[in-house]
Amino acid sequence: MDIWQAVLITVVTAATPLLIAALGELVVERAGVLNLGLEGMMAVGASCGFAAATLSGSSLVGVLAAIAAGAALSALFALLVLGLATNQVASGLALTIMGLGLSGLIGAGFVGSGREAIPPIRIPGLSDLPAVGRLVFGEDPFVYLSLALAGGILWFLSRSRAGLTLRSVGENHTSAHALGLPVIQVRLLAILFGGACAGLAGAYLSLVYTPFWSPGMTAGRGWIALALVVFASWKPLRVLFGAYLFGGATVLQLHAQAASLGFPSQVMSAFPYVATIVALVLMSLGRRKAAIAPGSLGTSFVPDR
Amino acid sequence: MKTVLKIAGALAIVAGLAAPAAAADKLKVGFVYVGPIGDFGYSYQHNQGRLALEKALGEKVETTYLENVPEADSERAIEQLARTGHKLIFTTSFGFMEPTLKVAKKYPNVFFEHATGYKRDKNVATYSAKFHEGRYVQGVIAGKMTKSNVIGYVASFPIPEVVSGINSFMLGAQSVNPNIKVKIVWANTWFDPGKEADAAKALLDQGADIITQHTDSPAPLQQAEARGKLAFGQASDMIRFAPKSILTSIVDHWDDYYIARTKLVLDGKWKSEDTWGGFAANMVNMAPFTNMPDDVKKMAEDTEQAIKSGKLNPFKCPVYDQEGKEVPCKGNGALSDEQVLGMNFYVKGIDDKLPK
Repeated sequence: MDIWQAVLITVVTAATPLLIAALGELVVERAGVLNLGLEGMMAVGASCGFAAATLSGSSLVGVLAAIAAGAALSALFALLVLGLATNQVASGLALTIMGLGLSGLIGAGFVGSGREAIPPIRIPGLSDLPAVGRLVFGEDPFVYLSLALAGGILWFLSRSRAGLTLRSVGENHTSAHALGLPVIQVRLLAILFGGACAGLAGAYLSLVYTPFWSPGMTAGRGWIALALVVFASWKPLRVLFGAYLFGGATVLQLHAQAASLGFPSQVMSAFPYVATIVALVLMSLGRRKAAIAPGSLGTSFVPDR
Repeated sequence: MKTVLKIAGALAIVAGLAAPAAAADKLKVGFVYVGPIGDFGYSYQHNQGRLALEKALGEKVETTYLENVPEADSERAIEQLARTGHKLIFTTSFGFMEPTLKVAKKYPNVFFEHATGYKRDKNVATYSAKFHEGRYVQGVIAGKMTKSNVIGYVASFPIPEVVSGINSFMLGAQSVNPNIKVKIVWANTWFDPGKEADAAKALLDQGADIITQHTDSPAPLQQAEARGKLAFGQASDMIRFAPKSILTSIVDHWDDYYIARTKLVLDGKWKSEDTWGGFAANMVNMAPFTNMPDDVKKMAEDTEQAIKSGKLNPFKCPVYDQEGKEVPCKGNGALSDEQVLGMNFYVKGIDDKLPK
């Protein structure tokens, strides 16, 4: 396997959890809800996924459990911000704190055990192609799923009627409500979808990326995903670009260090953050109109009958 | 005034009645960890020491721990323990040094113990383990076992403890294999499994066939296992994560130290000092040597024994820095403890620049 392909495969692995979590959050925010609980939901997804996979012996069960756990936690968030119209920022932060604690509790019995990573798929012939075989045809299933998710969400938001409804709820919930659109229901579904994605991203960490459970193993990835959504101006393709840029910069700086190119390691560690922010800000400067947040983002909606 | 005293006395009696008599005499001991106790590495081992302390002293002590305490925010955590009646507080990460000293000034009647630091005070003692002794043994093993002559080193932060570990590893490796190269990647974190794994992958992709790490999660080890390469575990015996790849682990062993220091407080004999023990003091152990031929195993055991008995010092003079200049020998036939504890240079043969 030549070195460039090896590097790119590592990039894909680093980018995928960010991409999955950020895509989920993008849908939530386009519906007008800010869920800062991403990190907590990812952590719970990671611990539930690992626990379920270990107990059942099936990775698929683990993945499904992680999705369910993420969605369940987000349902609690939905109850607070939709049902009780609580402050979204405070509720989201509380969700992160609770999720991190809860994940430690769930995973406590599984500390210190590892398992085999979910294997990459193999297409006879194609996966063995020189230079690109492993990269294009030999990734793990999550990678293809995350790309399909990006395409699906792009299509959903820009081409489907339901997507239009979701966007209008996010842009102006009062008008949407006046038009007879079910604001609360749309937001509930969006929040659950976001939670499921966060859970899935967590499962990627504990079942593929580093197949073991340890508290705090999300290590801030939820926050990075949240930032990606903002810097990508709430656009799916830019989230895709941002996630891969961040993953790419992370891996490249590690390679640069290993090759001892002589840059200070502290600067190198900051490089992915700086590069991603600069690139995405430059992109949104180009077309000024595009960088506007959903109009109702972060505000509570209480129907006036 | 008298009434006040009477009331106070009455309250004390009530309090005495309410709590079981033994609880009043219990010494409260606090621990502050930088990572989660579930890291199965550095913080996990400190917590094992805490559990051993509880087991050994039973009714006499009551312990509390705070895990996942960020270094930048540790002052609050340490002060919270001091404020809630803990009389002995162990702060277990290098980055807790200044916050520990700051809180210690405010609470002169509380004893503090700071791990891996170098600043002491009347009520602040320091302790650390000679992890570099273990790294020397690792270096010997790696020097023998590598085929590509390239070792990958996943490091955390460029602080003396880590730098001396790298140097000790290199000196051990050079003692059996003069052609060895070490590639170093600074993850700039103690604990981020994903990033540690990426660092290990980068090193493996660039030709390393053995991975060693000075970060806390088993992720680098797992990457080596997944690719059929070799690796060392960190802080605790991590053989469960890589049964086919692991050569050995450096195991931190704080049990004896925590028990001894707590006993000193109970006996009223605690004083501020610096403790720095290695194999001989049973503060550092090597996990079983696995996945290597018998002659390498023998060599590793002999090296461990030689260090333990004092016959071999990893930093025996002469030590040369990267430019090939001899480092002044301030200890007894080896670099002095201060030189090792403050180490800020790479030894000869490391083809990299130390970030400062």
